[in-house]
Amino acid sequence: MHSLPRALRAFSIRLRGLFRNRSAAADIAAELESHLQMHIDDNLRAGMTPEEARRQALIQLGGLDQTQQSVRERSTLPWAETLAQDLRFALRQLRKSPGFTAVVIVTLALGIGVNTALFSIVNTVLLHPIALPHPGELVCVDASKPNFEHGSVSYPNFRDWQRDNRSFTALAIFRHNGFLLTGAGQTERIHGDLISSDLFSILGVKPVIGRLFAPGEDEIGHASLVLIGQGFWTRKLGSDPNVIGRAIDLDGRAFTIIGVIPSSFDLNVGSFRAQDVYVPIGQWDTGALKLRGAGLGIHGIARLKPGITLAQARDDMNAVSDRLAAVYPEEDHGLRASLTPLRQAIVGSVQPILLVLLAAVGFVLLIACVNVANLLLARANARAQEFGVRLALGASRRRIIRQLLTESTLLALAGGIFGLALAAWGTGAALKLVPAALPRAEQIHVNPLVLCFTFLLSFAVGIFFGLIPAWRVAAQQPQNTLREGGRTVHGSRHRAQDWLVVFEMAAALVLLAGAGLMIRSLMALSRTDPGFQPKGILTFSLAVPYSQAISTDDGARAYLREVDRQIKSVPGVRAVSLSGAAIPLTGNDDEQLFWLSSEPKPANANDMHWSLLYIVEPDYLQTIRIPLLRGRWFTGADRQDTPHVVVIDEDLARQFFPNTDPIGKVINLTNPDNVRATVVGVVGHVMQWGLDNDAGFPLRAESYTSFLQLSKNSLVSTTGFVTDIVIRADNPDTVFPDIQSALHRMNAQQVAYGPETMDQFIAESLAARRFSMILLGAFAALALLLASVGLYGVISYLVGQRTQEMAIRMALGADRSNVLRWVLKRGVTLAGIGVASGTVAALLVTRFMASISLAKSSIIYGVQPWDPVTMIGVIVVLMGVALLACYVPARRAASVDPMRALRSE
Amino acid sequence: MSDKPDVWQGTLALMVLKTLETMGPQHGYGIARRIEQTSGNLLSLNYGTLYPALLKLEQEGAIVSEWGTSDNNRRAKFYRLTRVGRKQLEREARNWEQATAILARFLSPAEEA
Repeated sequence: MHSLPRALRAFSIRLRGLFRNRSAAADIAAELESHLQMHIDDNLRAGMTPEEARRQALIQLGGLDQTQQSVRERSTLPWAETLAQDLRFALRQLRKSPGFTAVVIVTLALGIGVNTALFSIVNTVLLHPIALPHPGELVCVDASKPNFEHGSVSYPNFRDWQRDNRSFTALAIFRHNGFLLTGAGQTERIHGDLISSDLFSILGVKPVIGRLFAPGEDEIGHASLVLIGQGFWTRKLGSDPNVIGRAIDLDGRAFTIIGVIPSSFDLNVGSFRAQDVYVPIGQWDTGALKLRGAGLGIHGIARLKPGITLAQARDDMNAVSDRLAAVYPEEDHGLRASLTPLRQAIVGSVQPILLVLLAAVGFVLLIACVNVANLLLARANARAQEFGVRLALGASRRRIIRQLLTESTLLALAGGIFGLALAAWGTGAALKLVPAALPRAEQIHVNPLVLCFTFLLSFAVGIFFGLIPAWRVAAQQPQNTLREGGRTVHGSRHRAQDWLVVFEMAAALVLLAGAGLMIRSLMALSRTDPGFQPKGILTFSLAVPYSQAISTDDGARAYLREVDRQIKSVPGVRAVSLSGAAIPLTGNDDEQLFWLSSEPKPANANDMHWSLLYIVEPDYLQTIRIPLLRGRWFTGADRQDTPHVVVIDEDLARQFFPNTDPIGKVINLTNPDNVRATVVGVVGHVMQWGLDNDAGFPLRAESYTSFLQLSKNSLVSTTGFVTDIVIRADNPDTVFPDIQSALHRMNAQQVAYGPETMDQFIAESLAARRFSMILLGAFAALALLLASVGLYGVISYLVGQRTQEMAIRMALGADRSNVLRWVLKRGVTLAGIGVASGTVAALLVTRFMASISLAKSSIIYGVQPWDPVTMIGVIVVLMGVALLACYVPARRAASVDPMRALRSE
Repeated sequence: MSDKPDVWQGTLALMVLKTLETMGPQHGYGIARRIEQTSGNLLSLNYGTLYPALLKLEQEGAIVSEWGTSDNNRRAKFYRLTRVGRKQLEREARNWEQATAILARFLSPAEEA
């Protein structure tokens, strides 16, 4: 009957009617008055007496007030008017008790704020870790070998896998590679990736300008092409759109630019990062590329064909691998393709800890809600008399419930808004703690989804907890409340509050215990001996372009000696050593394959013994300070033309020479090729893989080879060489610029780059742990704060309710200290029950935490999940804070003036 | 009075519109009297119910109001039909006629055979 526009028009008029009540009311009154007058006139004309005329007119109208009321209701929106009234009243009520209001809003803001912050992080990191099309189809493809679950893929195997598989729309490989950029200002070391043609099309990345590599352009021997990153394009080429077709010099060779890769592209998997340049893998100038058995740090990525499951792809690739192993037993024996969903490869390591943190933050929110519920409950009880009076005066229960709900919704909304502000700030603060450990960290922000999440949460909290007291109030009989004079102490209502406080205490204890264990784990880790002295060590890399000077064995050695001499001449530098292979704790690793002299030469690499390989100079021992356990270390007398010697660590000695003296034993090394080397010394084991997870790696045996015994070919290629350098200095944090200028003076073409102290590496390796410890600690502190506020609230309420009772007790001669003790006892009992049940819960939770791992070791490291120090410490802290929270109101109770309290009755 | 039927819900608006169409601009009291007279005094009209109905029609844009002076020199608020109101009247009158015609067919015994 009513068309929508007309209904809308009416609605908007009525809405406006809300705000101009006065003139409209006068208008209605005037209209009805004139109506009555006209009617009275008529009645008088009909011969009625004036009184009768007015009476009849009023009867026919149906009462003046009633009419006015019904017109007024039609002229505005009655429900909106009630709402406005409720809001005004609620605001007035909240303003009347600013303490209560502030505590509730702050509590909710904290709970909602930390929840939103963490949810924002989880949303980006866990739910949307890959900003690429159809990320679910992307899988990482590695080679699983005896010592490596996710080992590198050799180029020949890649080509065969690419040809033989039936599961992938495409398979690509990539390998990080540094390049020396020459001919564009000062020689500079830039980051690059060697990639196969398909990589970017698999990932769905489109070039900003130009094109991607075409099939075949990644083959060995093809023309030198290069894709450049947008960052590099901007920084070095001024974003010139005409760069396509121009050439840049990398490692002394000209590469033609064919396209620009957007800077938004990043893939946080393994070593793959947004780079300066991308070069076809076939351009890699190393003979090892053609070796099927070579481990060159190449890894693969593929996109599953639509409809192919991961399991089907695994079966397919296993079959492909097994066929290759049959054809090439020497290289591919025991080697299979291993497929990992990209998402898992990216977030797998942080997922458990983020979920633990999410659970912890959920606890905090729960405590916050319980606190708010408790406060609302206490407040509703305290206002029981007010509601009693209103009910007695004819207010409807429905109206009172609505009033209470309005109040709590208002509180929840305010809490939500403050919480959101807190979340925006907190997300940024949390990310500053650990920028690198989280995938897509730079893209984390408070997003609209999270916004909705927060608001729904605050609404739900407000409605739900507003409802409990509201429902209670509505159920009560007004006369009871009035008779009790507002001093209502319903046992049941009290018990509910007690239980809430007990729960809060228990939950706070669980969080404190978790945080305590994380702190203890980090303390244990910081005491861990890595097997050398990390303090004072600085590592960096040196890239030297090819020149005549390093073209002979002697020339190369002389050059390196000069490098050492230049670095050593820098003030503060104590010791220097080149490091050509693995460096502990840095993520650099390299392997020495060997067989014992008592064994026949194994048929293939995977049947050999494996050890970590360190290629160093004689000063290395002084530089990183490993204890020499037996025999001797390398000296300058161990040269290319003297018998080859090797130093092993205690793990290798124990593993391969149990119960015998390894000194003087001969082993066959594969690096350099098949040389027989005599063991001359045994050193202590160093933690290669990290402080917390070295023990978790199968490959732990370590062997050392001296640089001086190698030919220049093991270092220098046709483009020059790159080596790591390890130094010990008094000032490792500040010495690098001096070293850089010393090396620049020596040869302006060489570049020293990438300085990082060992302390930095250690801090980075513990960053995820530190991040979770700080967050968990913050959550626990928050929980402690909220729980003590809750306890304080309940005890204060109790004291407030019992003031008169206590005044009577005191008037009758009770000691003040008795009252104090009575209140404290009550609080401590509650806290005690909470602590006891919390301890039981904490033991269960920490045992669960111990089963959660970060990288390769448990997040609880070096302490037992039931660590008594942590548990007792946490209990003491919690009880101490609980006592304090009770003491303040208890003091207030004890200092009551009995006469005044009784008089105020 | 009690044996007279009350005004049916929803028909009051139609009566008001029709009255205004017939009489031209009119004040509330005049409309009320007119409706009563037209019904042949068979209808019990509580004059008070007229005013919310008038307000609703005005909010919907079917009528507009203006203060003026009555025949007896009293200040009164006069209501006037708008173009929208005229259309509404046409439509509702048609609907109503249809409805009564249908009902009449149901209720007429002659049609049953």
